[in-house]
Amino acid sequence: MHRTAVKKVVLEGVLDANDALAQANRARFDATGTYVINMMSSPGAGKTALLERTLDRMRGKLRLGVLEGDVQTTLDADRLARFHVPLVQVNTDPGFGGECHLDANMVRSGLAELPLEEIDALVIENVGNLVCPAEFKVGEDARVMVYSVTEGEEKPLKYPLMFRSADLVLVNKVDLLEHLDFDLELFLGNLDAVNPGVERVLTSARTGQGEEEWCSWLERRAGT
Amino acid sequence: MHELSIAESVVQVASRHAEGRRVTKVYLKVGHLRQVVPSALAFSFELVAHGTPAEGAELEMQQVPATGVCKDCGEESRLAAFPLQCRSCRSHDLEIIEGEELLVESLELEET
Repeated sequence: MHRTAVKKVVLEGVLDANDALAQANRARFDATGTYVINMMSSPGAGKTALLERTLDRMRGKLRLGVLEGDVQTTLDADRLARFHVPLVQVNTDPGFGGECHLDANMVRSGLAELPLEEIDALVIENVGNLVCPAEFKVGEDARVMVYSVTEGEEKPLKYPLMFRSADLVLVNKVDLLEHLDFDLELFLGNLDAVNPGVERVLTSARTGQGEEEWCSWLERRAGT
Repeated sequence: MHELSIAESVVQVASRHAEGRRVTKVYLKVGHLRQVVPSALAFSFELVAHGTPAEGAELEMQQVPATGVCKDCGEESRLAAFPLQCRSCRSHDLEIIEGEELLVESLELEET
């Protein structure tokens, strides 16, 4: 039997399927008036610690919900449980030894357990990783990146995709600046080189610095 | 290792468009600004294509250089590295017109 090859033009975006699911998630959020933040950082930058501060401060002001993404464990969700806000944990490990990011479908699977109509602002805490989460939309309104000053000044240049896609950068652990050689101006210059003029707030989850500014940003955006 | 997820999506797209035929080659466009490591993607593709119509298919990746148009002076620049900067006025405020692609452009299918 003689076999010949035929060429077929496809022109389909590899992430179109994910983007379509993200849009469907977004439609659900819009229907309930829920503002959604995709919070991203490397592991250990302080996302969960900042969230603890945020949940505490926003009590009675803004109805928050949290979707926790982690490869394994419910440690972060356990930490946040004491705030008694709607909270769901999505573990990514049914993937290939654990996906390194949340995608739109994983977020969708977590939504069933969240009362969206009772949530003004949903924070999706992505898997700690500076590369992969940036590629996958999940239906968010804004991307908030947490970056800690212990990570060095050059990371915006090394991991530009995530820094470029951020709407707000929380520069965390600034209470440590006096102990570090970290050059804040150099870092902010690198940040501007990759994402010119992106909003930024200097924060410390330890001392509470910047908490008010970040929370009012969130309140403004969530629009209540 | 998000190349694995990307490879899975490539295989899904290819399998759907194959309409029951065997896929012998996948032409993929990868923009310079995507953080995709070609060797990791090729390895992942081979792995996840196993048992699908794309099993054994060749993955042909075409890298697309990044191009941006300056929002200040209108000049078009080829962008080889970060920081992305207008070659004429040095502005960082650019509209990216090429380099963010991640696209299955076409397939080669076996015809019996």
